[in-house]
Amino acid sequence: MQDPLRTAAEQIVTSRALGYDQKLRRLAALADNALPYPALSPLCQEALDARVICDMYEGNRPFTPRYVLPDYAKALRNGVKYLELEPPQGLDDALSFLTILYSQVPSVTTYPVYLGDLDALLEPFVPAELPDAELDAKLRRFWIQLDRLQPDAFTHANVGPGDGRVIRSIWRVERSLRQVVPNLTMKVAPDTPDDLIEDAVRTVFETGKPHFVNHPMMVGDHGTEYAAVSCYNSLKVRGGAHSLVRLNLKEAVGRHVGQADSFIAEGLPHWVELTAELGEARIRSLVEDQGFFESHFLATEGLIDIDRFSLMFGIFGLAECVNELMEREGHAEARYGHDERANALAHQVVGRIAELVKERPLPYCAGGGGFAYLHSQSGIDLDLDTTAGTRIPVGEEPDMLTHIEACAPIHQLFPAGISDIFHVEETVTRNPRAMVDVIRGALAAGMRDFTFNLDSNEFIRITGYLVRKSDLVDVDEHGARHSSDYLAATAEINHTVTTRAIKRIIAAELNPTAGG
Amino acid sequence: MSIPLATAASGLVTDVIEFSAVDGPGNRFVVFLQGCNFDCLACHNPYTINLCNGCGVCVASCPSGALSLDDAGSVRWDAGVCTGCDTCIAVCPYDATPKAQQRPVTELMAQIRRAAPFLSGITVSGGEATQQPQFVESLFAAVKAELPRLTCFVDSNGGVEPDVWDALDPVMDAAMIDLKCFDDEIHQHITGASNAAVLASIERLAARGKLYEVRLLLMTGVNDADELLAETGRWLAGIDPTMRIKVIGYRAHGVRPSAVPLVEPTAEQREHYAAVLRTESPFELLVI
Repeated sequence: MQDPLRTAAEQIVTSRALGYDQKLRRLAALADNALPYPALSPLCQEALDARVICDMYEGNRPFTPRYVLPDYAKALRNGVKYLELEPPQGLDDALSFLTILYSQVPSVTTYPVYLGDLDALLEPFVPAELPDAELDAKLRRFWIQLDRLQPDAFTHANVGPGDGRVIRSIWRVERSLRQVVPNLTMKVAPDTPDDLIEDAVRTVFETGKPHFVNHPMMVGDHGTEYAAVSCYNSLKVRGGAHSLVRLNLKEAVGRHVGQADSFIAEGLPHWVELTAELGEARIRSLVEDQGFFESHFLATEGLIDIDRFSLMFGIFGLAECVNELMEREGHAEARYGHDERANALAHQVVGRIAELVKERPLPYCAGGGGFAYLHSQSGIDLDLDTTAGTRIPVGEEPDMLTHIEACAPIHQLFPAGISDIFHVEETVTRNPRAMVDVIRGALAAGMRDFTFNLDSNEFIRITGYLVRKSDLVDVDEHGARHSSDYLAATAEINHTVTTRAIKRIIAAELNPTAGG
Repeated sequence: MSIPLATAASGLVTDVIEFSAVDGPGNRFVVFLQGCNFDCLACHNPYTINLCNGCGVCVASCPSGALSLDDAGSVRWDAGVCTGCDTCIAVCPYDATPKAQQRPVTELMAQIRRAAPFLSGITVSGGEATQQPQFVESLFAAVKAELPRLTCFVDSNGGVEPDVWDALDPVMDAAMIDLKCFDDEIHQHITGASNAAVLASIERLAARGKLYEVRLLLMTGVNDADELLAETGRWLAGIDPTMRIKVIGYRAHGVRPSAVPLVEPTAEQREHYAAVLRTESPFELLVI
């Protein structure tokens, strides 16, 4: 019999579709997974093996936190000794400084998920006499560099909530380049100017970016130093997330005998505890066994602080969970997103999970006050027949107003991020102010994040990450430059996103198992 | 034409749209009123032109049994049973719909209140909004009283006595007027009515600063001659040289069959229309 490790390694090194870097990362993952997993109780192990709870396939022995958000402002102020970098004096130096620093920022994906709040970081380096055209040219070079150096759109930059020359230049550069990297989040506050949001909306029309986040809500949860990174993950700057564990609510309810009341009273505490146990084991392994924070220069130079980290506690499959419970209550017709009783039950389930997470102390999670951050996990390509996070299933979404009303009330419960994606018709491109109205309304209604896609857009989000449709075509034969194109190619098929007419142009013949 | 039963308290409403990006500035709640005094060849919603006369043809054809004839001889529509297939509209011999309902201002206000945080304003369209002027006035007054942040717009064919604009003035922010043709003969041919009131409406509204935009719906070979467009442009420029003008190429979608088939202008033709207008004045032109 062939050794499976060897077979897998053979497949990777001989693949014609994977690039060199992609092969390197997959080989590393193989080695990581050949090590023993941190000790788990039999119940927890069984739940993990059955994927009722899930570790996001991060690898058996975490040797870096999942998401790291370095304090770039501090680095620019003080320089970085480890990299022999003095504090930069001008804009060119600052851009070069950041590019170097990015190359040393770890994460579960091996490259940085956070590039900084770039407008705030760079604005002080822009001299008043520098003309807009020259500022654009410099940022344009920087942007091209980021896209070509970073493998995919899990690389995320933040801007806003205030106006400035850099944020305006970023929108112009974004629209002219139409790149996948970096992904972008704009922080929106009540005093963010309408025309700045409108500028961002015009950028979404061209590139599918940015996301819009509720600045006051984020500040309430994390303080002023926070950022949205990777996709829809909001965390503390100078901190991050040790790991992300998630609970599949569809599977949890599938294993529960009984109705909604007993699921909430008995089922949820059981599953939340097992998910937390998994998270705790992974955190202890990272911090105590692998000792990440003892040696990494980001920690030793104070650019990250373990006390600003926590665990992300994800949930997904809420729609299937609620629909199943409503069926058991004798209301099969009451569907999540459409029926008030189903929505109320969904809010009850999520509310209970939020309470339970707040009652389960975890080590090294001072960022969350000693507890995990709740997160609505937006999915990976292996999630078959299970809806991302707390979303309404694709193809079942009600009209936009009803949709916002259904999902907004639970957004406040997810400090580590939640996403609902809205699809708008192409006619809105002639009236971007209409989207400004909707974004303002959605944030005022309590949404933490508002993300929309234009039906005609070349850029699409699948579970969260952003891909270019043209990059999906022929990915099997020619390989993809951006790693997440693989995830998207398979997620596209698994999630029946193709039920939306506009998505049909994506090569349906792509093999979901292609690319390893 | 006057709309029976239309009063200040309630109007005959075809439908509403909570979020619209194509009926004025920003995101808008749109109320479509049933009934129109024009009968345009190019009408995209011909079922909004006339009022249901209770003939009952649609009742038998409804596949879900949502329609019935009541004792008074009126068609009753059960919204809860209706699947929205629009067979009733397809079979109606009179360009009407059994689904238009008398809707009180208070009821519409409940819907507007719900959508208000997401809106720049409301727009009353049709059909022809100005055929139910008291209702429009009281709806706008209710919006202004409770939700003063929202703007109130009318989308109109302009074929109305100018004193209607005087009555609406205190509660209306602006109007969008369709000018189907500057040449009255052609106007009568394509709408069944003279354009005298339309031109007067444009002048009256512009003088009050309440004209948001003028729309020109152009059909190949019907109302798109260069000289005619230039003449239209000169007249509009005389009112406001930087007027916002929307040049809309006719599209066949939803339009009734006509004796002489209407032809959609190409993208190049639409750009040519804009070019002709631009030579007359620095208008704010939108071509769609």
